[in-house]
Amino acid sequence: MTIKTEPFILNMGPQHPSTHGVFRMRVTLDGEVVVDVEPVIGYLHRGIEKMGENRTYTQIIPLTDRLDYVASMTNNFAYVLAVEKLAGLEVPERAEYLRIIMAETMRIASHLMAVGFFLNDLGAMMTPVLYMWREREKLLDLYEMVCGQRLTYNYMRIGGVSQDVPEEFLPALKRFVAEMPGFIDEYDQLLSQNEVLLARTKGVCILPRDTAINTAASGPVLRASGVKWDLRKADTYSIYDRFDFDVPVGTVGDCYDRYWVRMQEMRQSVRILEQAIAQLPEGEVCARVPHLLRPPIGEVYGHIEAPRGELGFYLVSDNSIAPYRFHIRPPTLINLTALKDMVIGWKVADLIITFGSIDVCLGEIDR
Amino acid sequence: MTLLEQFRLWLGGIWPEWAAYIVPAIVGIVVVLGFVLTLVIVFIWYERRLLGRFQIRLGPNRLGPEGIFQPIATAVKILLKEDIVPAKGDKVIHWLAPVIVFVPVLMIFAVVPFGERAILADLNVGIVYVVAISSISAVGIYMAGWASNNKYGLISALRAVAQMVSYELPVVLAILGVVLMAGSLSMTQIVASQSIPFLLLQPLGFVIFFLGTVAEMNRSPFDLLEADSEIVAGYHIEYSGMKFAMFYLGEYGHALAYSCIIATLFLSGWQGPLLPPIVWLVIKVMAVFSVIVWMRATLPRLRVDQLMSFAWKGLLPMAVINLFIIAAEVLWLSEITPWLMVAVNFVFAGVLVLLWSKLFTLGGGRVEV
Repeated sequence: MTIKTEPFILNMGPQHPSTHGVFRMRVTLDGEVVVDVEPVIGYLHRGIEKMGENRTYTQIIPLTDRLDYVASMTNNFAYVLAVEKLAGLEVPERAEYLRIIMAETMRIASHLMAVGFFLNDLGAMMTPVLYMWREREKLLDLYEMVCGQRLTYNYMRIGGVSQDVPEEFLPALKRFVAEMPGFIDEYDQLLSQNEVLLARTKGVCILPRDTAINTAASGPVLRASGVKWDLRKADTYSIYDRFDFDVPVGTVGDCYDRYWVRMQEMRQSVRILEQAIAQLPEGEVCARVPHLLRPPIGEVYGHIEAPRGELGFYLVSDNSIAPYRFHIRPPTLINLTALKDMVIGWKVADLIITFGSIDVCLGEIDR
Repeated sequence: MTLLEQFRLWLGGIWPEWAAYIVPAIVGIVVVLGFVLTLVIVFIWYERRLLGRFQIRLGPNRLGPEGIFQPIATAVKILLKEDIVPAKGDKVIHWLAPVIVFVPVLMIFAVVPFGERAILADLNVGIVYVVAISSISAVGIYMAGWASNNKYGLISALRAVAQMVSYELPVVLAILGVVLMAGSLSMTQIVASQSIPFLLLQPLGFVIFFLGTVAEMNRSPFDLLEADSEIVAGYHIEYSGMKFAMFYLGEYGHALAYSCIIATLFLSGWQGPLLPPIVWLVIKVMAVFSVIVWMRATLPRLRVDQLMSFAWKGLLPMAVINLFIIAAEVLWLSEITPWLMVAVNFVFAGVLVLLWSKLFTLGGGRVEV
C-alpha cells in the first residue's frame, strides 16, 4: 500500500527569525525536502535609486548608507569613487589611506556578523554571534570616534573624507589589529573543526564553478566556488596595488567553503590594515570640491569589492547638480539568484544555512 | 518501608482507614510537587545565568539577589498574555496538548528516590514506569503541532514523533544494562546497588543514555522540534499565555526529571558522604543539567536525517553491543573485583567510540526531486 502524499507550500518570511531582514520565500516542500523556492523581495523598497536623481551628488552619500547597513562605509566608498571617476577628481594621499582603513575594518565587521549569524542559522544559539560582536563593538567604537555614528556613517566625501581621525583613533586601531589575529584563531579553534558544523556544511548545497560564473555571483560566494576573482586585484582601484595580500579561494563551493573564505578574508584584511597603518601619511584629508558639483556630461560605472561582492554604482551626468540616472549593482541580489540552484533537493534546514552563507542584506536587495 | 508508608501506618492507628490512605498521599504529592516546581524555577534561573556566562554576558541580574526572581517575573508576564487559539485550529486538542505534555513530566517524580526512604511510590518496576510515562509527552507534542493548524507546527510534530520514537530504543537498551547490573527494576534497589556509581562501571551506557535523553527532552544539539532558526518555534508556535507556560515548564520539568533519572541510574542517586541525601541529589542533578546547558550553548544543531541516522546507526548498535558486554560481565565476571571491571569497561567504551567515529559519518543529504 502506498500513502498518497503531495508537496505543500510553506511561506517563510517576511517575518522569520533567520531571513536576515524582511526576505520572503515561498518554499515548496515534499516532507522536509525542498522542491522549489520562489524568493519574494521588495518589502524594504524605498526607491533609493529614484530619490538619488533628485539630490545633489553630495546629498546622495547618506542614501548609500541605507543600502547595505551592515557595511555602510564600503557603500560610501564605492559611491564616492564612482563620482570621482566621473568628475575626474584627485584625492589626497591621507584620505586614500583612511578610506582603505575604513573599508577593510568594515569588511572585518561585516564578515564577523556574517559568520556569527551563519552559525546562528545552524542552531548554535547566539553564542558565536555574541563572541563575534565582542570584536565588532570595538570597530563600531572606532567609527563612532571618526564620525559620531555607529550604523550609518556618512563619513566619505567626494574628494576625500569628511574629517581627519581624532588622535585616539590610531592607538585604538593598532590595538585592534594586534588583537584580532588571536581572536580569529580562537574562532577557528572553536568552530572550524566542530564535528556538527562539518557534518552540516561539508558538501552541502554546492554552487558549482560554472553556475557561479553564469549567475554573475561575486565576492566570497564566487571565491568559495574556486574562482579567483577579487576586484581589489582584478581591477585595482584606489591604492590597493600598494598592499600585499592574498585572495583566499575555496575548492568545492559548499557552505563550509563560503564560511572558510570569510574567515580567511578577515586575516587578509588584518594584513592590509597593518600595512596601511604603517604607511599612513600626514596631510589634507579632503580635496577642494565645489559644493554643487557639476560633473561633465557622460556616464560612469564604478565598482569595488564590498564585503558581500561586487558593489557597483552607475551614474549618468547631464552636467546638472543631480545625476540623470543613479543605479546600484547590489552584490547580494545577484548572489541570491543562485539560491534556488543550490538548495533544490536539500532539506529545509539546509535552505536556511545556505541562505545564511550567501550573507544577504535586505537593505541592499530591495534598495 | 518508605517514609510515606510509615506515616500511613501511624495515621491508621488514630484515623479511619480511608483518611489514613488519602491524607498521606496528598501530603506526599504536595511536598514532592512543591520541591519539584521550586527546583524547576531555580533551573530556569540557573540556565539563563549560566548561558549568559557562556555567551560573555551577565544574564538576568536585576530582580532580587543575582536575579533569582526573574523566572517569577517571566511567569507573571506569560500568564498575563492573551490566550490565542487559531481560528482554523482544533480547539479541544489545542487545549489538551499542553496538559498531556506537562502532566507525565510531574508523574515521573513519583518514583525518583530523594533519600533512602524518601520516595513517593517505591514501585518494583520503577524504571519501566519512567520509560512508559515519559514517552507520553511525544503524543502531546504531536497533538500540539497538529491542532495548531500551522505548517511549522506540523513539521515539528512529525519530527517529534520520529525523533522520540527513535531515541527511545537506545535509551531503553542503556537502561537494560543498568538493570542487569543492579538486578532489579526498582529505583531504590538501583541506587542501593551502586557502591561504585554506574557511570564508572558502564561509561558507554552512560554516554548513550545521556545523549538519548538529551534528544528526548529536545535540547540542543537535538532541538529540532523547536529549531527557532528553521521552523520558528515548532509545535508551540501558536501557543501563548498559560498554555505556553505549560510547555515552558514542561520543558524544564523534563530536563529536571531526566537529570534526576540520570543521577539516579548512573551517579548513585542520593548516596554521598557527610551531606544529607537530598543535597547530594540536587548537586548531582545540577551537575548533569550544567552539562546539558553547556551543550546547548556551544553546539550547532543536527539536520533531521543526521539526527535519525545518529540514533539508528550510531547509538542503537552501540547500545546493543554495550548490553552484550554488560550481560557477559554479569554472567561470567561477577566474581572479580569491580575496579577491574571499571578498567575493562572504560577500554571497551574508548575502543567502541573510536571505532564508530571512524566508521560512521553523519553524511547524507541531497535527494533527487
